[in-house]
Amino acid sequence: MNGKTIRQDNFRSWFMDKLLMGMTWPEYIRTLITPFNGVAAVILSIGLPIIALRYYNGLYFATHASQDYPWGLYLGWGLFGGVPLSATGFVMATAYYIFGFRKYRSLVRLGVLTGLLGYLFAVIYLLVDIGRPWRIYYPMAIGFGTASILFLVAWHVSLYLTVQILEFSPVILEWLKSKRVIRWATMMTIGMTIAGIILSTLHQSALGAMYLLAPGKLHPLWYSSHLPVFFLSSSIYAALAMVIVVSALAARFLRDKADQTFLGNLPRQTLGLGRGAAVAMYVYFCLKVIGVAHDDHWNLLTSGYGLWFLVELLGFVLLPATIMSYGVKTESVATVRFAAFYAVLGLLLNRINVSLIMLNWNLPHHLHDIIPPWKEVAAVMAIVTIHILLFRWILNRMPVLREDPAYRDAH
Amino acid sequence: MAKEPRNPMEEPIDETPGKPDPGKNTCRGINRRVFLGSMAALGGTAALGSAARSASGAEFSGYPDSFGMLTDLTACVGCRICEEACNKVNNLPSPDKPFDDKSVFDETRRTTAKAYTVVNRFENPKEKDKPLYRKVQCNHCKEPACATACPIHAYSKTPEGAVVYNPDFCFGCRYCMIACPFNIPAYDYWSALEPKIMKCTLCYPLISTGKIPACAEACPMGALTFGKRDELIKLARKRIATAPGRYIDHIYGETEAGGTNWMYISGVPFEDLGFPTNLPHRPLVEATQGFLSAVPLVFTVWPALFTMCYVAAHHRESEDKDEKENAEVKK
Repeated sequence: MNGKTIRQDNFRSWFMDKLLMGMTWPEYIRTLITPFNGVAAVILSIGLPIIALRYYNGLYFATHASQDYPWGLYLGWGLFGGVPLSATGFVMATAYYIFGFRKYRSLVRLGVLTGLLGYLFAVIYLLVDIGRPWRIYYPMAIGFGTASILFLVAWHVSLYLTVQILEFSPVILEWLKSKRVIRWATMMTIGMTIAGIILSTLHQSALGAMYLLAPGKLHPLWYSSHLPVFFLSSSIYAALAMVIVVSALAARFLRDKADQTFLGNLPRQTLGLGRGAAVAMYVYFCLKVIGVAHDDHWNLLTSGYGLWFLVELLGFVLLPATIMSYGVKTESVATVRFAAFYAVLGLLLNRINVSLIMLNWNLPHHLHDIIPPWKEVAAVMAIVTIHILLFRWILNRMPVLREDPAYRDAH
Repeated sequence: MAKEPRNPMEEPIDETPGKPDPGKNTCRGINRRVFLGSMAALGGTAALGSAARSASGAEFSGYPDSFGMLTDLTACVGCRICEEACNKVNNLPSPDKPFDDKSVFDETRRTTAKAYTVVNRFENPKEKDKPLYRKVQCNHCKEPACATACPIHAYSKTPEGAVVYNPDFCFGCRYCMIACPFNIPAYDYWSALEPKIMKCTLCYPLISTGKIPACAEACPMGALTFGKRDELIKLARKRIATAPGRYIDHIYGETEAGGTNWMYISGVPFEDLGFPTNLPHRPLVEATQGFLSAVPLVFTVWPALFTMCYVAAHHRESEDKDEKENAEVKK
C-alpha cells in the first residue's frame, strides 16, 4: 500500500518533470496562453476539421480534385519543399562525424532534429494527399515497381526516417535519463551517418529524377537531364541555410533552453555555415547555367516563362548567394541570417516551380488552374503549425540546444 | 476454328473512310470470327510475353502481334456514339449532358473518372465551316510511362497491347497522372474509401476474348480501325499514299513517346488538334534508366568513399595530437 503510493508519487513527479517541465498543470497551462499559441489555435481550429473531413468525404474536399494537376500544395510544399529543407541532419552529421568539423558539435543535434521532423511531416503530407493512406506500406510489401523512381523515394524516405530516429534516439534517452543505451547509440553513429549519406544523396536526387518522366509537361527551362543533380546540389545549400535559420530562431525564442556553449558558439558557426552555403549556392548556380547551355535553351530565356526562370535563378539563387558572401566577408551574422532565410525561400520557389507552376505550362488556363483552393491552404497551414509546435515541444524538453552534464563524455 | 485466320488488313481498301458504313461490324473486313481466328494464332505468343521492360536496361521493342487502333481523324464527324458505347460497356455513370448534346463541344474536354473517352471539336484550318473532331482516350503506349511511374506495379502492358490498371495495387499517389504524356489517367477524388484511377482499357475484357473494343464496334463512320499494330501502320501508310491530298504524311503514335498502340492519321497538322507534339520519340522510361542504374553504384562506392573521408579526418587529428605531445616532450 505504502510502496504503491510512493511509486505513484514517483510517476507523478517524473511526469511533471518530463512533460510539464517541472510545473504543475495550472502553471503549465498559464504558460501556454501567449499570442503565438492563440494564432496557432485559430489555424488548427480551421485546418484540422478540414483534414478530418478530407478523410470522411474523399480527396476532393481538400484539394482542387484536378485531373490535369494531380499534385498540389501537399506534395509541392510538403514533400518537394520539405525534404530538401530536411537535408540538415545528413549535412550536419556528415560534416561533424565524417569530415571532422568539430566546431559545429553544438549544432549537430539541432540539424538531426530538423531533418527528422522534416521527414516525419513529409510523410504526414503524403498521408493526407494519397488516396488510400492505409496502403502506405504497399511499395515495401505488396507490389514492387522497381522501375519507378517513386518506389526508390518511398523506400529511401522510410529507411532514412528510421535512420534519423536512431540518430536522434540518444537525445530521447538522455531526456529520459537512461544510462545503458548511450553506448550502442554512439557506437553506431558512423554507420548511421554513412547510411544517411547514401540514402540522402539518392532520394534527394530522386525527387528531381521523378520529373524526368515528364519531358512533354515540364517547361524545357526547368526540365533537364541534370534534374537529379540540381535537386541534390540545391538540397545541400538549403540544408546549410536551414540550420542557420532554425538555430537563429531557437537562439531568439528559446534562449532559456540553450546553454552557453550553444549561444556562445553560434555567431562563429553561423558565419562558417554561411560560407559553406554560399559556395554550395555558386555551385548550384553554375550547374543551372550548364543545364541551359547543355540543352541550348538560351533563346527561351526571353520568353515570359524565361523571365520567370531568370527571376528564380538570379533573384533567388545568385542574389542571396551574393548577400551571403557579403555577410561572411563583413562578419555580419545578421546579414548571413537574412541571406539564409532568403536562400530557403529560393529553394522553395524552385521546388514549387518544378512541381506546380511549370508543370503543364502549355495547358490552356494553366496559371488559373494552379491556384490552390483555400481548404488546401488551410490544411497545409495546420500541418505547418503542428510541425512548429512539435519542434518547440521537443526543444523545450530534450537536450538539443544544451548538453546534459551527465552525458558530456558520451559523444 | 472454322475459318483460316485472315488478316483483316490485307483486305483491299475499297471504301473511303468517313462515309457511313451500313455493315459497320465488318468494316475493314473485321468480323468476329476473323478475330477469333487471329486470337487463336496469338495465343501461343501471348504466353511467351514477359513483363514490360524492368530497370535492367534490356532492349524492349514492344510485344509482337499486339493489337492497336487507328483513328482516321478525317472520318470523324463528332457524333459521340463511341463515347456512349464506351460509357455503356464500362458501366460508367451517365453523363451530365446526354450523348447527343452538341453543346459539350463548346469547351475542350479531357478524360475524367466518369468518361474514358471524349470527343473534342477543333477549328479546321483548311475549311472554316467544316470543324474537325478528335477522340481522346488512352493511347496504350508500347512502353507506358504510367507503368514506369507506378511504385507498386498497378499497371501492366498486356501482350495484347492494352495498358491495364489494377486498383488492388494502388495507394493513390497519382504519379501515373503526372507521368502520362497524354494526360489520360483520371482519379476518382470523390470516393473516400475506394478511390482509384479510371482509364480506357482498350476493352481488354473484350479483346482478350476475341472481340473488338466497344468504340470501334460502334463507330458508324469507319473512323476507328482495330487490328494488329504492325498491320495498322501498313494500312495507315497505304491510306496516306493513296490519298496524299487528304492526309498529312505522318502517323501519330508510330514513334511518339516510343510508340503507342493507338495511332492517328489526320488531314491537318496534329498540333492543330491539340496533340502534344513536343514528345521525345524514345520511350519515356529511358529518361530515368540512367539514374536508376546509378543507384547500386552509389550503394557500393559511397560506404568506401566516406569511410575513407572519416579515417582521413581522424588520421589528421591523431597526427596533430602526436605532434603536440612530441613538442611538449621536447620542452
